[in-house]
Amino acid sequence: MVNPEKIVKIPIGPQHPALKEPACFTVSLNGEKLVDLDLRLGYNHRGVEKAAEGRTYTQNMYLFERVCGICSHSHATCFIQCVEEVAGLEVPPRGRFLRTLIGELERIHSHFLWLGVAAHEIGFDTLLMYSWRDREVVMDLLAMLTGNRVNYAANVIGGAKHDVTDEQKAAILKAVDTLEERTKYYIEVASEETTLIARLSNVGRISLEDVKRLGTVGPTARASGLSQDARRDDPYAAYKEVPFSVITDTHCDVYGRTLVRVGELMESYKIIRYVLQNLPDGPIAAKAPRKIPAGEAVSRYEAPRGEDVHYVRGNGTEKPERVRVRAPTMVNLLSVPKMLEGNNLADVPITVAAIDPCFSCTDRAIRVADADGGNAQVFSWEESRRFGIDWYRKNGVDFTDVNKRLAQRLK
Amino acid sequence: MAASIIEMIVFPGFVFLGVLGMIFEYVDRILYARLQNRKGPPWFQPFADFIKLAAKEDIVPREADSVMFKVTPLLAATATVVASFYIPLWGPAALHSFAGDAVVVIYLLTIPTMSFFLAGWYSTSLYSTVGAVRTITQLFAYEVPLFLVILAPGILAKTWSLSEMAAFYSAHPLLCLSNVVGFVVAIVALQGKLERIPFDIPEAETEIVAGTFTEYSGRLLVLFRLAISIETVVGAALISAVFLPFGYGLGAAWGFVVFIVKIAFVMVILAVFKTSVARLRIEQMVNFCWKYVAPAAVLQLFISLILSAFVG
Repeated sequence: MVNPEKIVKIPIGPQHPALKEPACFTVSLNGEKLVDLDLRLGYNHRGVEKAAEGRTYTQNMYLFERVCGICSHSHATCFIQCVEEVAGLEVPPRGRFLRTLIGELERIHSHFLWLGVAAHEIGFDTLLMYSWRDREVVMDLLAMLTGNRVNYAANVIGGAKHDVTDEQKAAILKAVDTLEERTKYYIEVASEETTLIARLSNVGRISLEDVKRLGTVGPTARASGLSQDARRDDPYAAYKEVPFSVITDTHCDVYGRTLVRVGELMESYKIIRYVLQNLPDGPIAAKAPRKIPAGEAVSRYEAPRGEDVHYVRGNGTEKPERVRVRAPTMVNLLSVPKMLEGNNLADVPITVAAIDPCFSCTDRAIRVADADGGNAQVFSWEESRRFGIDWYRKNGVDFTDVNKRLAQRLK
Repeated sequence: MAASIIEMIVFPGFVFLGVLGMIFEYVDRILYARLQNRKGPPWFQPFADFIKLAAKEDIVPREADSVMFKVTPLLAATATVVASFYIPLWGPAALHSFAGDAVVVIYLLTIPTMSFFLAGWYSTSLYSTVGAVRTITQLFAYEVPLFLVILAPGILAKTWSLSEMAAFYSAHPLLCLSNVVGFVVAIVALQGKLERIPFDIPEAETEIVAGTFTEYSGRLLVLFRLAISIETVVGAALISAVFLPFGYGLGAAWGFVVFIVKIAFVMVILAVFKTSVARLRIEQMVNFCWKYVAPAAVLQLFISLILSAFVG
């Protein structure tokens, strides 16, 4: 048993240089060893789901593009797939192939981004600079294809928005060759650089059983040997026709997660080459109706960070009745406390980064109810305002005078 | 009296070393940037940083011990400058020297590290405290090897005065080759002393914000940064005096050029080292130092002892 007086609690967050978005990890330490982790989310709640109910399906397409800044195509496609299923729309083959193309380019840019972030977390800034330099190649491709570096808006309901010309095809193939060469170099670095291996091996270990129990998804799960990939298990877009293999690894640690992501980069190059060489002719989109019939659908999409799930219920109007987004980070976060058991303080940033978290995609307001059904705690607007005022008063901040003076001024 | 005050404050004292330190800070930053495929800062960046920080407000946390908080940066900067007086810079003789000044120089170069520890400890903030504890843990790992390899060449030269060591090795340049192991160990230890990657554990940004320096701002922070810049130059000068004793006796002007080239050489090695590795964990760092660096230092000691039986 650890002497409670020796425990030091260090807050990592809500604002901290290691975090790109606000979240709070309160780390209890005994020396440099971690004994407990308290995770708090909710600093980024943006009310996306509620906002969706007030917008038309076309407007929502742009809204869901902005759930995540990195896997924007994933969320947009996942949402549109639901809408298409409810509407009974069949996407033409060329449209499906184009969606796959953008999806894989997005995976490449996301994995390069992750590599840089992970390198920075372990203080290897050289690798950060190198991988982000190479990421520019794919960012330029996306800008060339869609006009935007992120939030590409490459979908329409019923298909794709932008077609690929022959010159663009040649440019993509050339860029993919460059990227493949660079990725091979990173594989070499990852297998030879001693300090890198020392910092990643045996850090954030999670076993296959725990991965299954906690429902972990994406590269995090695949690095623990779970062969699970929505592209293969529940094919969407063109993945049924495209040959590719699901990369898994049995290291179960952060090093394994690195290898899986780098391996997936190599698979993405293969997929892109296949898609461009076998691009079917025909229209890129089907005509979509303005009003979507009543009905509901769930769609799965293998985002770079893991499986993304959207649920849409239509009511026959041009606006959805309910939309639910479950970002991959939501489930992967549950595995972080397990991964960090018995690790060092120095391992916290890299272990959190290794699930490739995206907190603002994850934050949802949930009604918390007791297990027996009663006693739900939901604040009304008036109640939460009251609570806020009381809380500040209790902590010595009182706005009553200021408010009175403001009211007088306004008069 | 007036002459020694000028010596202390202007040349080769505080001002000269400060400017030289900032020039080499620029060299380090541009090298690091170019090696990482970045453009890097313009030449005046360290000076601009200095002026900007010096113009900012000093904030002393309410919880901190305000005397210690303010004294430690001064202590760090002063100790490094004083150390430079006993190191031969461009002539074989240092400004001041006496028998055994090598020990004093290493001791003086330990004071900045101690003051980082005290600064972090008396800041009382969590991040600073963790940083301070890491600073002191790391100190024990690299300090012993550094002591051994700086003193080992002295066995051969039969003196522990840096000036006499430099004079001895410039008279017998071939004997320098026996100190190669020591040179490597000294570079690794200096990297640790200066808290640079892979040994920047006490100020690991992604874990403990700025570590020891988290609570520092304004003039106090700039003094710390100046102390680190000066320590870099003094450390490089120490290594080049002990392990690269060439170019003395060429006259003041050429001697100065050779001195700058030698420091630049050490800086290039430090920058390449910093570029090519990731930050270690504290226990990995301590293990590495005791498993590989300390035995290498002992090996250097043996080489020197055995050779001293044959030489002279």
